[in-house]
Amino acid sequence: MGVCKYRIILILEYVLYDMWWEGFDYFSNHLPATEDDIDFTDIEEKYQVPFEEGFDTIIVIDNVPIVDESKKDKLLKFIKKIFKNAGDIKESGINMPMEVNKETGDMTSKGYLFLEFETADQAIMAIKQYDGYPMDKTHYLAVNRFTDIEKYSQIEEKYKEPEEENFVEKEHLRSWLTDPQARDQFVLYRGDDVVIFWNKKLEPPEEVHKRNNWTETYVQWSPLGTYLATFHRQGIALWGGPSWNKIIRFVHPGVKLIDFSLNEKYLVTWSNEPITLGPNGGAGTPFGPDDEGNQIIIWDVHAGALLRSFPTSTNADGAPNKITWPMFKWSPSDKYFARITPDQQISVYETPGMGLVGKKSIKIEGVKDFEWAPTSDKQTGDKKQKEELLSYWTPEIGNQPARVTLLNIPSKEIIRTRNLVNVSDCKMHWQSNGDFLCVKVGRHTKTKKSTFTNLEIFRVREKDIPVEVIEVKDMVIAFSWEPKGERFIIITTNDPNYGQPAQAGFTLRTNVSFYYLEKPKPGKGADTVGTANFKLIKTLEKKTSDAIYWSPQGRHVIVATLRSSTVFDLEFWDLDFEGVSEQKEFTKADPAASLQLMSTQEHYGITDIEWDPTGRYVISSSSVWRNPMMENGYTLWDFKGLQLQKHLMDKFKQLLWRPRPKSLLTSEQKKKIRKNLREYSKQFDEEDSIALTSVSKELLAHRRRLIDEWNAWRKRVEKELAEEREKAGLPPIQKRDTENMEIIEEWIEEVVEETEEIIED
Amino acid sequence: MRPILLQGHTRSLTQIKYNREGDLLFSVSKDQIVNAWYSHNGERLGTYNGHVGAIWSVDVNSMSTLLITGSADNSAKLWNIQTGKCLHTWEFKTAVKRVAFSEDDTMALAVTEQRMGYPGTIVILSINSDIEAQQSDEPITIIRPEGPKAMVADWGNINKYIITGHEDGSIALYNWKDGEKLNSIHPHTGEITDLQVSEDRTYFITASKDKSAQIFESNTLMPLKKYVTDAPLNSASITPIQEFVILGGGQDAMQVTTTTMRQGKFECRFWHRILEEEVGRVKGHFGPINTIAVHPDGKSFSSGGEDGYVRVHHFDNDYFKFKYPELS
Repeated sequence: MGVCKYRIILILEYVLYDMWWEGFDYFSNHLPATEDDIDFTDIEEKYQVPFEEGFDTIIVIDNVPIVDESKKDKLLKFIKKIFKNAGDIKESGINMPMEVNKETGDMTSKGYLFLEFETADQAIMAIKQYDGYPMDKTHYLAVNRFTDIEKYSQIEEKYKEPEEENFVEKEHLRSWLTDPQARDQFVLYRGDDVVIFWNKKLEPPEEVHKRNNWTETYVQWSPLGTYLATFHRQGIALWGGPSWNKIIRFVHPGVKLIDFSLNEKYLVTWSNEPITLGPNGGAGTPFGPDDEGNQIIIWDVHAGALLRSFPTSTNADGAPNKITWPMFKWSPSDKYFARITPDQQISVYETPGMGLVGKKSIKIEGVKDFEWAPTSDKQTGDKKQKEELLSYWTPEIGNQPARVTLLNIPSKEIIRTRNLVNVSDCKMHWQSNGDFLCVKVGRHTKTKKSTFTNLEIFRVREKDIPVEVIEVKDMVIAFSWEPKGERFIIITTNDPNYGQPAQAGFTLRTNVSFYYLEKPKPGKGADTVGTANFKLIKTLEKKTSDAIYWSPQGRHVIVATLRSSTVFDLEFWDLDFEGVSEQKEFTKADPAASLQLMSTQEHYGITDIEWDPTGRYVISSSSVWRNPMMENGYTLWDFKGLQLQKHLMDKFKQLLWRPRPKSLLTSEQKKKIRKNLREYSKQFDEEDSIALTSVSKELLAHRRRLIDEWNAWRKRVEKELAEEREKAGLPPIQKRDTENMEIIEEWIEEVVEETEEIIED
Repeated sequence: MRPILLQGHTRSLTQIKYNREGDLLFSVSKDQIVNAWYSHNGERLGTYNGHVGAIWSVDVNSMSTLLITGSADNSAKLWNIQTGKCLHTWEFKTAVKRVAFSEDDTMALAVTEQRMGYPGTIVILSINSDIEAQQSDEPITIIRPEGPKAMVADWGNINKYIITGHEDGSIALYNWKDGEKLNSIHPHTGEITDLQVSEDRTYFITASKDKSAQIFESNTLMPLKKYVTDAPLNSASITPIQEFVILGGGQDAMQVTTTTMRQGKFECRFWHRILEEEVGRVKGHFGPINTIAVHPDGKSFSSGGEDGYVRVHHFDNDYFKFKYPELS
């Protein structure tokens, strides 16, 4: 209190000093006789320093056997021995209250005791570890926080019914899909501004909503485009609807990464700061004692409720694993989510119960990675699918070969395994319908001197899941399936510099190869001759490309060079090019003929490529995050590689198209639309041209107005100047008459030196 | 439009200026030399030697008899244009960053830099137009602006006011007679690098490191136009005949070595003065453009760069024919 008082006196001195300026009268009239007479209460209240409660290190242990004096020491020793494992117990930090037993008159314990640890964390550990600990057959220890006892004893006994909240109608969260022109939206993050735009073909995008400092780090759409997630120190906020109001908030201090489940039902958040409950024991936050110290939270997106929190997984030594994101992978139906503890196990959890499937993790020695198989529209429509598929791989351990395994969930039934040897690395790529799984196997020769790649393609839909192997002599650095398609592209390199730290100005030499599934020729009757095989369409040699971006609709693809400081190529390919003469027979027979490079473009300083969800447009951008010095901004292309717009902007950070949910049209309806495409396009062309003329009219009027304003201003200023000059007695300014200007050229000849020489014959 | 390349400097250009008729072009550079050129063919008329520091600024009087220069050797010098003789030297405590003759040639202003404990000032010098006469050492008045230092300055119409552009992007209007600050605005967020007045001095254009150029009315500092580009600007000039402005700049000289030519943005950009739309660019320099000047008859312009070259461009016929079709 001494310090406190001193502070108050200082404050008072300051107050008095202030008064001194106001005049001495105040002193003589108002100053109390002595210091004690001054009423400090208001100042004291204002500057009250809240004391740390300091009871966080104390726990209460109930259900301890009741003992008398003689056994007290023995009991305490025993208790100490148990709790030593949780942390360091403070010296004389154990306190067992005793009382006089009314019947016997002896001093006996009351059945509980207090234990004080060195730190609050150790106290939490002790509660987690020893609550419910069987000391002996009849005594199960109940371990609680000291602060909790007080908190819960204050809770009212009578149940109070929670107040019913008024029903507030939610906005139409998918209103953007009803745009009559079927435009797409995107979010642009630049400087401190986050803006949502409607994309337009030829004109600058139309602003939908703009907010300053909408997010602190970056923004992210939910997978179906319903919500825009913004990141804040306190947690995540989701926004949407036509008004762009906040829909829901998730409190998670220091949140850095988020991941939605595929159907937007759940949200996973990760923060590098473990959850702490603070002095109030988590009051006012969604966290309870179970969440303390955890870093990952699963949320219910609709209700905003915390479903479960997880600690960071640890490896065999107890050290936390490196964070890989997404940490939890969601099954396509949102029903399961799983995470891997490398080398040990895969833990599959079930929603909405949040429990482990089969109550335990799947122990797989050496497991490196796993992926869920996606499902196609057909499957989900057909029947209620119960089993979901995941694939994982394990490296060679001892004499056991490396292995890729397909596993059904929840039955945990293994439906296919494939053994592999000389494996250095595996990457699993599922085709978007889950029809194929390509495992890219990095292999080495026995001497480990050279490396090469095998593509092991599992045809999952076929009986017994046949596997086809494509051997590639070089290292495959990129692999990508055509969305919903049967084609894929790989980028390979045999450059010895591959894998070396990138040097400035150096660009890797690569080859780009296109593959397709050759259907077996229709044989006699129901039997088909041979099986379908993946065949090479074409290889483009001596490229620099390192990234593949398929249109979400398939068919069109961009092969780009992104990670270079000197090359910024974009190649727009069409894999079903029909040519001008529409020789359909010919193109079907020869896929190489229908592979057509439509356009080669360059975007200086490019860092990202984003297709719009319909595959009509694509945006390449250069973000200040990766390329702080380069021409930041973005360029809008159509799918053919024709540049539509280019916007250079400083501090351009991020641009993301708003995803669209799956189409509700049946395939018959889609077919019908495709058939009548010509008629529809006529209508749209008309609309486009009307829009174009109205814009040019507007622009014209704007320009006229500017010119008129300027001319009016010039007139006024010139008049003013003329008047002023007249007043000052100066001649009016002569307009420069450039037409009638006379140029006088004067030639001045000067003899510098003259010598005479007689030339003799 | 094939430019004439003037290779008369060994270091970066700081300012170039046409005389009133436009037949002569004066260029100053960090190499301590003043060059005079025939503007129509790029032939060098002569040099003015005497400064012992980088020369920051140059101006020529309306009769094309006197030349004034400001230098980092803490002096301003007055030259006889015809003979190349130095007529007078004014000594200051710090470098002279900008010089400009008044409209009637009887005065010149000199902006001295704030450095080494000396405050920046704007000194109004008395000029005797007679070449033979003795020039006065005593300035008419000294304005001492407060706050961020002045970088550039010029005279308003009929010698009424002085307009100053400052390091923080602010612009101030001074009554030079009593040094009173009449008005001040803060339109730019970066250093103001150039300030050029229109022919009749009723408006002026500023160029700034904040990548924009703006036009203001001289007497009121009312903003009229704004041109936002993607590069820091070092100079901005107003063109007669066509209603354009020419802007020049580029990546800072310090960063040039770490970036490629293509993102340096070392181009002269032509903007429509009234519509605020970019209409064209002229490439050529391989360093930032430091200074731009337009021939008074509007038929040619010159640019001086960090690369040490002056490029004189005579416009093609297309330039004069250019018109927004719908505005005719």
